[in-house]
Amino acid sequence: MMPEARGKEAEGAREKPKLSLVGVTKTFGQQAVLRGVNLDASKGEMVCLIGPSGSGKSTLLRCINLLEPIDEGFVYLDGEDISEPGLKPGPIRRRIGIVFQSFNLFPHMTALANVTLAPRRIHGRSEREMRPAAEALFTRFGLGDHLDKYPDQLSGGQQQRVAIIRALAMQPEVMLFDEITSALDPELVGEVLDVLRQLREDGMTMVIATHEMAFARDAADRVCFIDEGVIAEQGPPEAIFAAPKNRRTQSFLRRVLRRGGVHEAP
Amino acid sequence: MNRREKYEARQRRWSILIAAASTIATLAAIVILVPMAPGWSRVQQSFFSGEVFLKTLPKMLEAFLVDIAIFAWSTPLIAIVGLAAALARSTRSPGLFPLRVFGTIFVDVFRGVPVVLVIYLIGFGVPGLGLPRPWNSPYIWGTVALVLTYSAYVAEILRGGIDSVHPSQRAAGISLGLSESDVMRYIVLPQAVRRVVPANMNMLIALQKDVALLSFIGPVEILRQAGVYKSLLANFTPYVVAAVVFLAVTVPATRYTDYLMNRQNDARS
Repeated sequence: MMPEARGKEAEGAREKPKLSLVGVTKTFGQQAVLRGVNLDASKGEMVCLIGPSGSGKSTLLRCINLLEPIDEGFVYLDGEDISEPGLKPGPIRRRIGIVFQSFNLFPHMTALANVTLAPRRIHGRSEREMRPAAEALFTRFGLGDHLDKYPDQLSGGQQQRVAIIRALAMQPEVMLFDEITSALDPELVGEVLDVLRQLREDGMTMVIATHEMAFARDAADRVCFIDEGVIAEQGPPEAIFAAPKNRRTQSFLRRVLRRGGVHEAP
Repeated sequence: MNRREKYEARQRRWSILIAAASTIATLAAIVILVPMAPGWSRVQQSFFSGEVFLKTLPKMLEAFLVDIAIFAWSTPLIAIVGLAAALARSTRSPGLFPLRVFGTIFVDVFRGVPVVLVIYLIGFGVPGLGLPRPWNSPYIWGTVALVLTYSAYVAEILRGGIDSVHPSQRAAGISLGLSESDVMRYIVLPQAVRRVVPANMNMLIALQKDVALLSFIGPVEILRQAGVYKSLLANFTPYVVAAVVFLAVTVPATRYTDYLMNRQNDARS
């Protein structure tokens, strides 16, 4: 982890964005899922994507880390076009971590083996030499006793934290989170969101698709409302939640907040 | 004992009673009715002669060692060839397209032809080329026939296992920057192989029986040995001996497979 003081960069002058999407489109068959998305994330910024189900949040994240090829537009990482068709995806994916809604841990490996598999194969490091560093990460995220357990011996919240550590183990420059608390029991959501807050303190650049409105309001640097494949409105959380300008943002927030989403922070 | 437990105990006693009664009735019917058939004494003489059974058993067991040997060296070969064929069929890379076609043809051909026919064609055909001494052995070409046939089945089972691993596992692997081959080797294949263990156990049981088919092309294994004794003693009991020997191996193996399969179902539910 990089213990850089956050804020300096996030609030600093308009420098080159860490991650930048320009006019990204993506269709599945006849269905246009992304219809020209423009999005910048500065170094150390936490961007939250909100919006109705099926609005394209997940697809957007999967496009950023090249799990889905985009049709048109550009994705820049540190100013480098990573959406160029034909580029070798492996080295780019190593720089962009992603965590999924359903954890996707490897069920036949211990938590530690899950975390060390990619560094072992890609950097040729051994599990033994990685163990101390991994142990520190596990302990930091409250999993100190669980290195040698298998995924099915862990709760959903613990599994999701292992999945986050697994992505962090490749020391990515950007982290993407795809509704990582949606599959969790309500009482486990908090422990996972706390991890995101800690990463924010570390100065990690993050793009987070989420339904946790309270979290987006309290923790995000910027909130983007995605609807029908475009970013319909974006701004600081106070502006989006207190005074949304777009009609669709207003109606979306009315619908979600009526369910009591924003009142108690998890 | 609470009320429910008392009720269940009563039910259990009833079930045991009914099962015991029907078993005894069935056995009694067989023991009484079958010997009443007109040809029973002759059948008993030529199929169930205790004297012949005991006399032929030692040599038959010895011949069965040949079956076990053929089975033992075929199994690892089947695992290797089957895995190779499954991987060939699962490859996505366009450069390996010919491999995929070859894998498909291989599987289609050897699953589509009866085992006996493959054994005849390869077992008689290849030595017919006039190969020098060790290379015309029916053991070699019989083994090749079995390996080809069973690899085709095992390949399909494995491919089913590979397909059954959820795509999100692959996504998780490549999102970490792992290569496709690493994802296959460390993430997909270990899960796939575990899932198809029971199905492959069934294949092994079938193989154990089909080894006897090699008797058609020469090796003196248990079935052929039984044939020799039949001619020698003019009695069919050796065939019953062979059946008993096979059952002694396959029944425990089948039970064990069922146990594995149940355990897997329990784990998944």
